[in-house]
Amino acid sequence: MNERREPLFLERESYRQRRTIDAARLLPVLGFLALCLPILWGNSGETDSARVTSVGVIYLFGVWIILIGIALVLARRLRRIDADQGKPG
Amino acid sequence: MQPFNILIIVCLTYVVALFLIAFVADRRAKRGQLGWLRSPLVYTLSLSIYCTAWTFYGAVGYAARSGLEFLTIYLGPTLVMVGWWWILRKLVRIGRSQRITSIADLISSRYGKSNLLGVIVTLMAVIGTTPYIALQLQSVTLSFAVFAQGTSGGTTGGDWGASDLNAAALWVAAGLALFTVLFGTRNLDANERHYGVVTAIAAEAVIKLFALIAVGVFVVWGIADGAGDILARIDASPIADWDMKPGRWVSLTFLSAVAFLTLPRMFQVMVVENVDERHLATASWAFPLYLFLMSLFVVPIAVVGLDLLPQGSNPDLFVLTVPLSQGRDGLAIFSFLGGFSSATSMVIIAAIALSTMVSNHIVMPIWLSVAQQGATVSGDVRQVVLTARRISIALVLALGYAYFRVSGGGAALAAIGLISFVGVAQFLPALLGGIFWRGATKIGAAAGLLTGFVLWAYTLFLPSFGSSFILPASVLADGLFGIGWLRPQGLFGVSGLDPLVHALFWSLALNTVAFCVGSLSSFPKPQERLQGAQFVNVFDHNPNSQGWFSGAAEAEDLLVMAQRILGPKQAQDLFSRAAEQQGKAGFLPDISQDFLQRLERELAGSVGAATGHAMIGQIVGGASVSVGDLMAVADETAQMMEYSSQLEAKSAELGRTARQLREVNEKLTDLSVQKDAFLSQISHELRTPMTSIRAFSEILRDGGMSGNERERYATIIHDETLRLTRLLDNLLDLSVLENGQVELDMQQANLQDVIERSVMRAGINDRLSIRRDPAREKLALFTDPDRLSQVFINLIVNARKYCAADAPELRIEVRDQVDRIEVDFIDNGAGIPTKSQPVIFEKFSRLGDHRAAGGAGLGLAISREIMNNLGGSITYLPGQRGAAFRVSLPIDPTVVSDVNQS
Repeated sequence: MNERREPLFLERESYRQRRTIDAARLLPVLGFLALCLPILWGNSGETDSARVTSVGVIYLFGVWIILIGIALVLARRLRRIDADQGKPG
Repeated sequence: MQPFNILIIVCLTYVVALFLIAFVADRRAKRGQLGWLRSPLVYTLSLSIYCTAWTFYGAVGYAARSGLEFLTIYLGPTLVMVGWWWILRKLVRIGRSQRITSIADLISSRYGKSNLLGVIVTLMAVIGTTPYIALQLQSVTLSFAVFAQGTSGGTTGGDWGASDLNAAALWVAAGLALFTVLFGTRNLDANERHYGVVTAIAAEAVIKLFALIAVGVFVVWGIADGAGDILARIDASPIADWDMKPGRWVSLTFLSAVAFLTLPRMFQVMVVENVDERHLATASWAFPLYLFLMSLFVVPIAVVGLDLLPQGSNPDLFVLTVPLSQGRDGLAIFSFLGGFSSATSMVIIAAIALSTMVSNHIVMPIWLSVAQQGATVSGDVRQVVLTARRISIALVLALGYAYFRVSGGGAALAAIGLISFVGVAQFLPALLGGIFWRGATKIGAAAGLLTGFVLWAYTLFLPSFGSSFILPASVLADGLFGIGWLRPQGLFGVSGLDPLVHALFWSLALNTVAFCVGSLSSFPKPQERLQGAQFVNVFDHNPNSQGWFSGAAEAEDLLVMAQRILGPKQAQDLFSRAAEQQGKAGFLPDISQDFLQRLERELAGSVGAATGHAMIGQIVGGASVSVGDLMAVADETAQMMEYSSQLEAKSAELGRTARQLREVNEKLTDLSVQKDAFLSQISHELRTPMTSIRAFSEILRDGGMSGNERERYATIIHDETLRLTRLLDNLLDLSVLENGQVELDMQQANLQDVIERSVMRAGINDRLSIRRDPAREKLALFTDPDRLSQVFINLIVNARKYCAADAPELRIEVRDQVDRIEVDFIDNGAGIPTKSQPVIFEKFSRLGDHRAAGGAGLGLAISREIMNNLGGSITYLPGQRGAAFRVSLPIDPTVVSDVNQS
């Protein structure tokens, strides 16, 4: 049984690695979209603008820290992948 | 003691501490005790030179003026770092594998080690960076002035005049030049990292981060009442009225992302000073975190500053003036150190990056062409390079100072940060095109860079000086030569755009267009294509693929030159190592391709790719790369594929040949067996009549028999000789047919007649019934009817002899095809086994043991030869249940005559 499972496991591992790279490539795109959201606030009217600024601060810093968190998780996985790929052969 | 004096002392102490840190780090590195010197943390912190004094002081001012827009300057780099797998990873790998010394070196090296591009990029970088350095000097002097103003009646106190400011700026510039020269030009090889400088930068990064956070914490929890209160104050402050400009928001995010990649100083710390590619993974989240923390308290400080300080006070200095206004001198001094750190670290790295570029791409090429004997003269080139670098550093700082003086340190300087960003952003198309697009060429890169640079200067840089300087007011208002379409801030009649967005859009757009068009319409040189392939496929290729034609080069000449650039010890080490690897003793290795590439790479690490290449070129001589070499290395993958498909084709061909050989061999073996069988048979056939002839002729000779008996014996002898003659006739016939010597009696004939005659002559008895369709046989032929009939007779006789069915039957089917007539003879017997089918037409072939049949096995062989001579063919038709033969005859008589003649 064990002998049969191993290649399956490896395949899954390399599949995961490729998807991790996909995620790393996707992250800046998603980040850019999320950070561009504030441009839609422009026309919200003067009465709301005061409230929007503090919300905007919280929103932008929130997106920022989430991006950093995801980057941290991805970086740990990617570093392993890079090390794997760096091996000769 | 007055705060200002304390400030001076603290400041000096801090500078001394920096010198010490750099000194200790350099010492440790020299001893090989790298340890934490090469940790990802130091790398991340060194990236923080992105946050200059413009950030430290300016962000608060920016926020006070334009609200949250200041964040874009940090969000762009965050996106680049988070997306490191796209671009940064490749840049760093290329930088390490090609031993890149600066962004100018990268672009020059990518486009065929072109010095032209190196010079263009260097000049653009100097022009774009000088104002930025001026900005740093200004911020330091302004912050000095704040403290000087805050001190009443001090010895140096009172309001600072312009001369004092200038003097301070001069001192700062001089001090920075000294530091940079001391620690930035210790070694020549850019790839031997400046550990001292980088460590000092990292220390400064910590100081500026903590300084800003300290002020922020003081503001949020000291002045305001915690986070909730701050949010309320934000909404109540003038900042809440900020106007979101979507165009600027997106453009600035993009611009800062681009500048993060292309700023020479960022390239220096990110790529050149990188000691380990894996550090990038850590920095991908740690540096955004650093930026996050730097920006976190900017808005609170701005809000509280606007609240507390009198109207009209400079928001750029809130970081200092807010703590001072609350009597927190200690905090203010700490904050001042933060700003000082930001300014100095930027200036130091920028000066190193620029001086490397200037010395490698401007001074060295000039020196090489001016020095008569070029690279082979004696003397230490290292000293020349190092001196050039030191002078360059001083020059860059002098330029910065001059700019500061000329511009007067006014508001124009405050906007210079973004202007500078747009300037260096012009490197982007050449940079990205270079590492992702193999079709990018030198012409394209130069066209793009120059277009972008001119547009940047015209639409943004020159107008920034105001209407009186260089660009007259009339040009600003009405365009060059009064053409409205050429208005610097409204190109092509597009007006109403923010000047920065306008300049960014047009310069980068036209830059990209020029780059693409130039690349598409020009043809790269081999060297360019080679470098292009290496850069674009940096992850696939092993780095050894540059070509030098060795031969003319003498190892000794190379050593002489290398010693002067790398230093005697390093050069000798390199040479003796190479010799050792080749299995030789001493210092002079064989000048192999491999060795030349390594040497060039080492030189490139010291003086840049273009110069290194030129120096080797001077000694080795001649072109370094031929198209053949290029093909050999550039398309390694394609070549491998081609090779393997060639192998495949070859092996398929081999397989085919082997199969054919096997078939032929089988046939030969079978034939040999048949021949043996035939020989024994023919000897038997010959012997049987011979034996009876001999026996009966002996009886006749002995005499003494009745006339009746004698006649009978003579008849037997006669019959037997006839049989022998027939056999020999057949053999003769066959040999004549085979040699093509037969004479054919070609004439018009009717197929039905021929078949009719054949059936009659075959002497069919009742045993075999023949089924025909005479109506279809009425076809005209041009052939030799006798010979054709001979074939038919043979087939009919065979059917009679061999068909083993209970009620033997032979069908003769005629089909009129377009170009030929097919006559099939199909019996209902057992047929011929597949194994035997290939040999039935061979001579002497007789299947099984049909001795009774009494033929010599020549019939089908003769038939085949006849059909060949008639231009037709006879084949065995498998899959008809019984034995089946197809005779096909040509209709076109020319075919017949052709065959006849040949």
